[in-house]
Parts: sequence; C-alpha cells; structure tokens
Amino acid sequence: MDRLNANQPLDYKKKNNPKKAPSIWRDAFHRFLKNKYAILGLVILTFMFLFSFVGPYFSPYLDAKIDVSKGNQPPSAEHWLGTDNLGRDVLLRLMLAGRISLTIGIAATLIIILIGGTLGSIAGYYGGWLDVIIMRLADIIYAMPGLPILIMLGAIMSDLKIPPSQRIYYVMFILGFVSWVGLARLIRSQILSLKEQEFMLATEVLGLRDSKKIIKHLFPNVLPTVIVSATLGVASSILAESALSFLGLGVIPPTPSWGYMLSAANNMIDFAKRPWLWIPPGVAIMFSVVAINFIGDALRDAFDPRQKI
Amino acid sequence: MSEPLIEVKNLKKYFPIRGGVLQRTIGYVKAVDGVTFTINKGETLSLVGESGCGKSTVGRTIIRLYDKTDGEVFYKSIPIHSLKKSELRKLRPKIQLVFQDPFSSLNPRLRVGDAIGEALLDHGLISKNELRDKVIETLEICGLAPYHIDRYPHEFSGGQRQRIGIARALILDPEFIVLDEPVSSLDVSIQAQIINLLMDLQQQKGLTYLFISHDLSVVEHISTRVAVMYLGSIVEMAARDELFDHPLHPYTQALLSAVPIPDPDLKRERIILEGDIPSPANPPKGCKFHTRCPIAKDICREQIPEYKDVGGGHFVACHLV
Amino acid sequence: MAKNIVEFRNLKTYFYTEEGVVKAVNDVSFSIREGETVCVVGESGCGKSVTALSLMRLIQSPPGKIEGGEIIFDGRDVLKLSEAEMRKIRGNEIGMIFQEPMTSLNPVLTIGEQLMEPLMVHKFMSKKEAWNKAIELIKQVGIPRAEQIMTSYPHELSGGMRQRIMIAIALSCDPKLLIADEPTTALDVTIQAQILDLLRKIKQERNMALMLITHDLGIVAEMADYVVVMYAGKVIEEAPVRELFKNPKHPYTRGLLKAKPIIGKRQDKLYTIPGQVPNPIGLGNYCYFSDRCEYAMDICRQKIPQLTADENGHKVACWLYEGEWKK
Repeated sequence: MDRLNANQPLDYKKKNNPKKAPSIWRDAFHRFLKNKYAILGLVILTFMFLFSFVGPYFSPYLDAKIDVSKGNQPPSAEHWLGTDNLGRDVLLRLMLAGRISLTIGIAATLIIILIGGTLGSIAGYYGGWLDVIIMRLADIIYAMPGLPILIMLGAIMSDLKIPPSQRIYYVMFILGFVSWVGLARLIRSQILSLKEQEFMLATEVLGLRDSKKIIKHLFPNVLPTVIVSATLGVASSILAESALSFLGLGVIPPTPSWGYMLSAANNMIDFAKRPWLWIPPGVAIMFSVVAINFIGDALRDAFDPRQKI
Repeated sequence: MSEPLIEVKNLKKYFPIRGGVLQRTIGYVKAVDGVTFTINKGETLSLVGESGCGKSTVGRTIIRLYDKTDGEVFYKSIPIHSLKKSELRKLRPKIQLVFQDPFSSLNPRLRVGDAIGEALLDHGLISKNELRDKVIETLEICGLAPYHIDRYPHEFSGGQRQRIGIARALILDPEFIVLDEPVSSLDVSIQAQIINLLMDLQQQKGLTYLFISHDLSVVEHISTRVAVMYLGSIVEMAARDELFDHPLHPYTQALLSAVPIPDPDLKRERIILEGDIPSPANPPKGCKFHTRCPIAKDICREQIPEYKDVGGGHFVACHLV
Repeated sequence: MAKNIVEFRNLKTYFYTEEGVVKAVNDVSFSIREGETVCVVGESGCGKSVTALSLMRLIQSPPGKIEGGEIIFDGRDVLKLSEAEMRKIRGNEIGMIFQEPMTSLNPVLTIGEQLMEPLMVHKFMSKKEAWNKAIELIKQVGIPRAEQIMTSYPHELSGGMRQRIMIAIALSCDPKLLIADEPTTALDVTIQAQILDLLRKIKQERNMALMLITHDLGIVAEMADYVVVMYAGKVIEEAPVRELFKNPKHPYTRGLLKAKPIIGKRQDKLYTIPGQVPNPIGLGNYCYFSDRCEYAMDICRQKIPQLTADENGHKVACWLYEGEWKK
C-alpha cells in the first residue's frame, strides 16, 4: 500500500541548502548505506579484491619453483590450505585465481551491458526496421546452443595457439558476446512498456528534447533492470568461466582461475581425499557471488524512491 | 462572440489493424472519422461519449500526439499537423494536455519539482536560479504546499497527483489545454476540488479548454459548449444550456436519460438503449447509430445523415430532426 | 417486517502492512433484510469492499485478518464456519459480482462451462440439466442467442455482456443474497442503465436481497431501499434511502451530496469537502472526519462518536447530534 505521507511536512535534514532538491544520487547513497546486506556484500567483495590483488605479495611462495616432492600436502602451518599435486601453495593459487575470475566476471558483465544495453535501447526506443534487425540477430544468437558454441570457440583458441596469458581476454569477450541477448531483450521490452506509459506521452506534450526524454525519464526507469541483471551477470560469468575451465576450454594452466581449481573435484581421488584443493575455490566463488548479489539488490532498492530512507 | 483559438477541420485518425505473419495492415479502426469544430478563446468545449467513441483520440490528435490521417488542426491559424518537428516543439508549451490517470502520467523516479519544472528549463523559458521559486508559486496556485516540491509522486494521493499534472501544464503558461478525463478516476469529494481548481484557473488566466469526459453531470457543470461523439463522429453539438435542455439527437437523449440522479423521489422516463456499441473497426452503414436507435427508419440504415446547423449554432446529424 | 438475512456485528478486518496496521473495517455493524437492497456507499479506501469480502471470507491472509466481530448470515456466524461449509455458501447462498467483468471470467473456458460449473457442484445437476438451466439464465439476463453464447469465450463478448454473464453465474444457484461490488463502474452510462435495470428486475422477481457497493450517489438513489455510508473504515450514517437523501445528517454525507454536480441543476461553484481521506495507518481516538469537517468541535478531536439512532431509525455517528437525543 502506498504511504501517502506527502502531507507530513517534516524530516528536513538538509536545511542548510533549501534552495536545491537533494540529489537522487545522495538519496540513493543514503539508502544504500542503510542496507545491512549491502554493507556486508561490500565488505566481502572488498576483502575478495584485496585478497586477490594485494594478497599474493604477502605470500612467501610467490617466486617458489614447482617442487613435486612437496605435492599434495594437507593444510599445515606452512601451507595454510595445503599444496596441489605440483607442490604449489593452494592459498597463493587461490589469490591469483581470484584476479582472473573477478576480472572475467566484471569485464564480461560490462561487455554484456554495453552491447545488450545499447542494442536493446535502440531496438526498443526507435523500433521499426532497426528493431527487426537487432531482434532477429538476437534470435539467431539465442537459438545457438550456448555450451557447444563455447566449446567450439575454446577449441578454436587452442588451435590458434593463443598464449595462456591472453586467453582471459578472449574468454571475457566470448562470454560477453554470447550473453548480451537476454539483457537486450529485457531492456527492449521494458522500454516498449515504458513508452506506453502516460508519463512518456507527457514528455512529448511538454516538448522535451529527445536527449532529456531518454536520460531523465527512460534511463532511470530501466536502471533497476540493468543493475539486477548485471549482478546476476557477474555471478553467472564467474560460473561460466568455471564451467569453461572445468571443461579445459577457458584459462589454461599454469594460469589459475577459481573455476579451473574447482575442476580438481573432477578427479575422484582429489575429490575424496584432498578436499583442500576444491573446497577453497568453491567457497570463494560462493562468497563473491553472494556478495555481488547483495550489492545489486541494494543498488536497485537504493534507486527506488518508494523505498524508505 | 470571441475569436476561434482552435479550428479542427474534417479531422480523421485511423489506426491500422495488423494481422497475419507479416503484420500487414488488414483493416483500420476509424477512431476519428471526420470531425469539424472550433474552440473559441476562453471557452470550454466538452467532448462527451462512451468508451471507444474516439473522444480521447480527438484530443490527442489535435495536439499532434498522434499524426492525423486526414484533415487539419489550426491553432491561431497555424496548421499544427504541417509544422516541422522543431517548430512543433517550440509550440508545445502553448498547447498542453492533462492526462486521465494521475498514477501513470507521472514518472515515479522524478521529484515533483523536477516533473513540473523540467519543461520550462528545457525550453529555455527560465533560468535555473528562478526555477525553484516559479515551481513553488505554481504548486501553491494548484493547491499544493511548497514543501511538496522535493517529494516523489508515490507519496501523493490521486487528487494531489492530478494537481501536480495540472501544475506541470500550467507552469508553461499555455493558452489551450486538453483535459482528458481529468476527474474520472477521482472520488467525488476530490473531483469537486479539481473541477473548481480548473474553473478558477480558467477565469484567472483566460485559458481555453477541451474537456473530454464520459460524465455528463460534470460536463454540464464545466462546459460552455458540448459536442457528443458516437463511433468517431460528432452527432450533436450545441451551447451547454441548449444541449441539455433541448437535446435533439436520439443518442444524446438516451445518454442524458441514462445518468443516475441522486434523488430517490425522482421518477424519470428512461430511454434504455438496446445492445452494445458496435466496433469502430466495422461501423454500421448509414447512420452509425441506427443499430441502437429506438426510432430508426429505413433511411437511417442507408444514408449517412448530414451534420447540419438547425439554428443558433446547434448542430446535429440525424435524418429525423 | 422481514427478518435479517445478514447482520454484521462489530466487524473488524485489519490489514497488517509494513507501515502499520490498516483498520480497513473498523467496528462495523449493520444488517440487510430479506428482499432488501442495501447500498454501501463511500469513497475508495473506506472499507466498503472489504466488508463484503469479509462476509464471503475472501480476505487475503496475510496481510488481511478478520480480527473480531460476527457476521450472521441466515442464522449462522460465517466467521465460525469451516472452509468446507463456507464453500457451500459462496456462489450458492450468496452470489457475488465484481467491478471488472474483464478479469472475473476465466478466459480459457467457454461461457457455458463457467455457467454450468456452479450448477453441477452446488445443485448436483447433470450436465444436461445444467445446460438447460444455463440457457434459461442467459435468457433471463437479457442476452439473445443463448445457445451461441454458451459456446463463446469471454473475449468474444463486450463488457456489458460479460457483466450480464457474471450476474447469470451469480444467480445460477438462486442465492438469498447478491453482493454487487461496483458492478457498473467499468461500464458506459448507457450500458450501466441496462445493468441496473436488470439488477432491479431480477431482484424483484426473486425477492432476493442485494448488497450494492458503489461510490455513485445517483445509483444509490435509484437502487437502494436502505443506505449505509462509510468513511475511513467506519459506518458514519445509515438510513432508509428517502430519509437519507431528504435529511442527510453527517457533514460528510451532506458534503458528498453537495459536491456532486447533478444533471439539470446548474450551479456556479461546486461545494467541496476540503482536504482528503486520512492516512489509514495510526488513526487515533477521534472522529476521522474531524480534520475535514467545517463543524468540528473540541470533542470531535478527542473521542470517536458512536452510531446512534433517532426516533425514525436514522443512525448517525456525529457529535453534532449527540445533544439532541439526550434531551
């Protein structure tokens, strides 16, 4: 039920500047900070970033050589999370893998938003033949089965002998390219329904410029959809990279990624006898994904004026 | 009599019906099928009719929210439908529209102050510094309080939102406002407040209204002249008193007699029309009303009646008048 | 005098929302007699629909909950009945039609199926009997070509036709009471006239009680025998229709009557009730209309007035009249 509280003239904390309306960003920021889950998500995610990008410099094993004789050791005071079959420190591997996985997750999502957002908006706003072309293209990509495509592209990358250090960029791009369709469709349908709303007709009656119609009226109403699907996108990109690596198609050794590390569980013996190899990356993925989802939900609510401050 | 502000000449608006795999046009909904009228400066012309009669489409086509199919609309002799887009944009502030639905006509993510003030700023009609004072002044004219300026639409009731919608139009200092069922979704006690506000504003600012409504009692209260629409055409148009005291078209008569009157002792002879309104995609031949008309003759089924002046600016389209 | 078919006694239906408790129906008592048309009138949010839904036990829970009171229907307290017993009353002893004829019919079933279903469930009719009865009902609600309508789907009918079908369904089991919740609000005036005419006719033929919920005082004047006026979850006035229109007592009722433009009575300026309906959350111990009332006195802001009857049976909840009866 709506709270019709417009008639209670109080709650003016911003008395110092009554000449100006409090900005929507400031309100959103306040709402965001009030959300416990948002803070929790932010803390976890910050920790994951520090862990991945700064953590390795504190590891004594950064320059260590492969030493098979120290392989497959369970966690100990020396190796907190044990070592893998080549004697590498799992904790260090986990940190380095985080760099890759987090980068892929976020970058792939940015690519999805860029392609999907732009094409979806154009299709929805202008309609006509542009809409037809974009949407048919989306249909084609959508109709192609995802995993076989990824496998195919992975195989092509292997054939082209792309160096492992660069593969990550290709993986990001591939993930972005095959997943923009969902977002584009979502945004297009949102814009189509928004265009039917009377307040969009009202902008025409008022004679507003197109740029203003889009930036002030269309964009803020599409934003929540983008935020939510972006956060889901980060999570699913991390997971998709895991799947690719699991199949040996994503990042390849020696570069680690959480997904690749997780594929240790593929091996019956590792799975049964050496849980320190696959539990830590699993936990890392889970925490990052949950944290990003918390932040996404909080952002969506933060930009909704119907939520209490 | 004062000079005409808006002249509508044989305006037609057909919406294509698409069908089939290729979405080809397979027919037309003749929402507005040739209407002609003028609105004089400072008066309120009401368009009444039932749902689907095309009254809202007329309102929206007049201000070119929809492109016409045929005919022309003149605002102070400027042909609105022949203007370039940039010229039309410059004209926009002068011809405004207030929507029916106070909920969907306001952007939920825009503060009331922004919603009201943005167009003024966008047209360069005011500086940023003066804007806030101007918005507050307009809010107060429309019966809202200055502190409402930083609120969001969801914090307001339907009646207050309608005031915001009116303020949004009013701040541009328009000459002509299309009021598209502005009180239909409001409760009786709030409805009276909005009607009074609209009439006060008209008096103070010399506004000209096109008032679109299905509620005859409200129309009788607010109008200078009234036009009755049925299936895309005007069937009768006259000055308010003339139309309500001497309705000539059988449809107008039936409409008037169908309105419930809050007086339990009043026993009226009621004309109850048979059947439903035909689809505007496939209107009846001859007089469009003949399928429901209690006094239809053979001629009504064959010939379209002429829309003629029967004296004193009382227009009617009926063979039997 | 005919006996009561429904009696609401101190009904309280609350909704528990995030912002607080909404007392949608707040201590409401009134009754409907056999064969009588009672109009419940009020503005949106006054609790008129919730009162009817409480009788049908159709309150969504959560957030809604019937917190107290009794609703005696035909000698039984419906609030104490089991869900199974309630199903026997719904659609059988009490029929209900809603505002939106568009959404109250199932779009994937034919009109015939929807008409025959209650007959077969409640009246244990065979398919053949139900079919014949359904055709008879369609004819009764004034729709020609009944056989053809039986096999049509809802989208093939106009709004007015659908509302007629809704009435036919509601009538199918010969209910003792028909609840009509804003039955004509979504319809055009000429169609509204048809539907009101139909309701009046069938009510007379069947000697059925009609609880008509509306915001339109014109409809009240035309249809009602007895009127109940609600405001912010409370009954503030009730009286026989002539008495109410001739001698409205509560300032809100009077304001409503004056605020509505009436055909044939031209006036320069409409009377308005200032302000708006109060926020339903956290209403205190005072007359809820007091902040909009031009006659408000100190006591109005301190105590809730009780519904009290005068010698003509005209009940009003207003402190203005408290003195009169004490004399």
